[in-house]
Amino acid sequence: MTPELTDNIEKRTRSNGLFRYLVIAGSVITVIPIFLIVGNLAVKGYRQINLAFFTEPAPDTFQAMMAASSGEVIPGGIANGLTGSLLMVLLASLLAIPIGLLTGIYIYENSSKRYAGFIRSLTEILQGVPSIILGIIAYIWIVKNVTRGYSALAGSVALTIMMLPLIIRSTEETMKMIPITIREAAFALGTPYYKMIYKILIPVSFSGLATGVLLALSRILGETAPLMLTALGSPSVSFDITRPVSAVPLLIWDFYNDPNMVNLVWSASLFLMVFVLSMNLLSRSFASKHKYI
Amino acid sequence: MAGDKITKALLFISSLTILLLSAGIVLSLAGGAIPAFREYGLGFITSTAWNPTAGSEEYGAMSFIAGTVITSILALLICIPMAFSTSLFISEYYNGTRTAGILRSLVDLLAGIPSIVYGFWGFYALRPLLVNLGLTDQGFGVFTASLVLAIMIVPYATSLSAEIISMVPSELKEAAYSLGATRREVIFNVVIPSARSGIVASFILALGRALGETMAVTMLIGNANVIPKGLFAPGNTMASVIANQFGEADGLKMSALIAIGLLLFIITALVNAMGKLIIKRFA
Repeated sequence: MTPELTDNIEKRTRSNGLFRYLVIAGSVITVIPIFLIVGNLAVKGYRQINLAFFTEPAPDTFQAMMAASSGEVIPGGIANGLTGSLLMVLLASLLAIPIGLLTGIYIYENSSKRYAGFIRSLTEILQGVPSIILGIIAYIWIVKNVTRGYSALAGSVALTIMMLPLIIRSTEETMKMIPITIREAAFALGTPYYKMIYKILIPVSFSGLATGVLLALSRILGETAPLMLTALGSPSVSFDITRPVSAVPLLIWDFYNDPNMVNLVWSASLFLMVFVLSMNLLSRSFASKHKYI
Repeated sequence: MAGDKITKALLFISSLTILLLSAGIVLSLAGGAIPAFREYGLGFITSTAWNPTAGSEEYGAMSFIAGTVITSILALLICIPMAFSTSLFISEYYNGTRTAGILRSLVDLLAGIPSIVYGFWGFYALRPLLVNLGLTDQGFGVFTASLVLAIMIVPYATSLSAEIISMVPSELKEAAYSLGATRREVIFNVVIPSARSGIVASFILALGRALGETMAVTMLIGNANVIPKGLFAPGNTMASVIANQFGEADGLKMSALIAIGLLLFIITALVNAMGKLIIKRFA
């Protein structure tokens, strides 16, 4: 080999190695934030997490100031946020899960029709709409015209519109994975169309559908922006859907705007993050366990 | 059969709700925006005025459009090297290994963290760091918001890019290796050229995410109703001005905010449609 050739090979090998290290370094930098965020919240947030954190509503700013100035744990918790989140998420699920499942099945069953393709495109557009805009919509539709004031119902409607495209897409994807032979076998036995859907399509794909629903729930549980324009927040526990309610992310926003409450924000953020992430992980493990549908 | 008819009708009616919902969203936004456009005409879009004082009210969207575009593009620029190297790690260097699986799950976790938690973490952990580094006085501004935004959109860009890179046929790569190419040369001369449009699309879709992100940006950008004067200057995005001012707005101001929402809707829909179109052509 001539010296130029070995020189050239050396150069190429070196740049090859260097690029590999760049890729590894870039990947490490990408995941550092997750450790920083989880670690930061855990260290600063665990102190406030006790029984009262789950059973008592948020303290007022005076109580928090007194506790903070004497170095104690802030009394009270996020009970009003927990119940509010539960109420709105439940209501949103009641609306979004059936409509989402049926629409997903419709698109799958009619995938050759132009109308179904059009509905699929609309779903894709809906999925990309920023959540704050859905807040404006729920404000115009519900706050202004139905409940005539901020309300849990308005919050639920905003969350429903967020959930729908997620459930529709995952339903369609799950249905696509069902082997066509199963349907053919059912039809060969003379099963009517509606029985095929309720007794075969939905049960066979149940775990896939559940994964989609769980993922959608984990997405909307942390939503704040649309709730600011609709549910507003409330200092006490309330289950009236025509009145304002709080939610965990709304409480974080309130706490964040009150310098006395800083310690409580860390805890509330820690709780929300752990809750959402475990829901997220649960749905993923669900999905991988039931690989065949 | 009756059951069949009912089921088919039920399925069709459900699909109609999507149609009605989409039409309703567009019409309601447009209807709410009419007073603002009637008052200022199309000049609303290009005006940088924002004065809510009764009597001399004047509103324009340009400061917020600029804030949105600047923070999102900057976030995308920060995101590109991170997402690009991570997707190469997952789909090329360590494809199919346990390490790649763990890395993929960690990046996915980033997508699961709620926006408000990012904002809060950015405020109490990242902002003081930037102040200590002497980059900025207060820590609020375009750069801080973009940095957090970049972390938030990395998982979207990564998962799509990784998928597209793994779709490059191995015959192509093997042909290059058999000619004696190094891995880096294969990546730059085979993988990237054949996956280019898909990778571009994944970044466009990530940009679409960044444009509409609200809470984290609202908490970090500094909320000044002007076009940001520099990287570390405060500003406001379309989403953050709505989040900040919608609650106390009425009349013309509310209409102006809804009009900003309509513009944001149009911008994100266009960006997303562009990304989806490229992906469809690629696949």
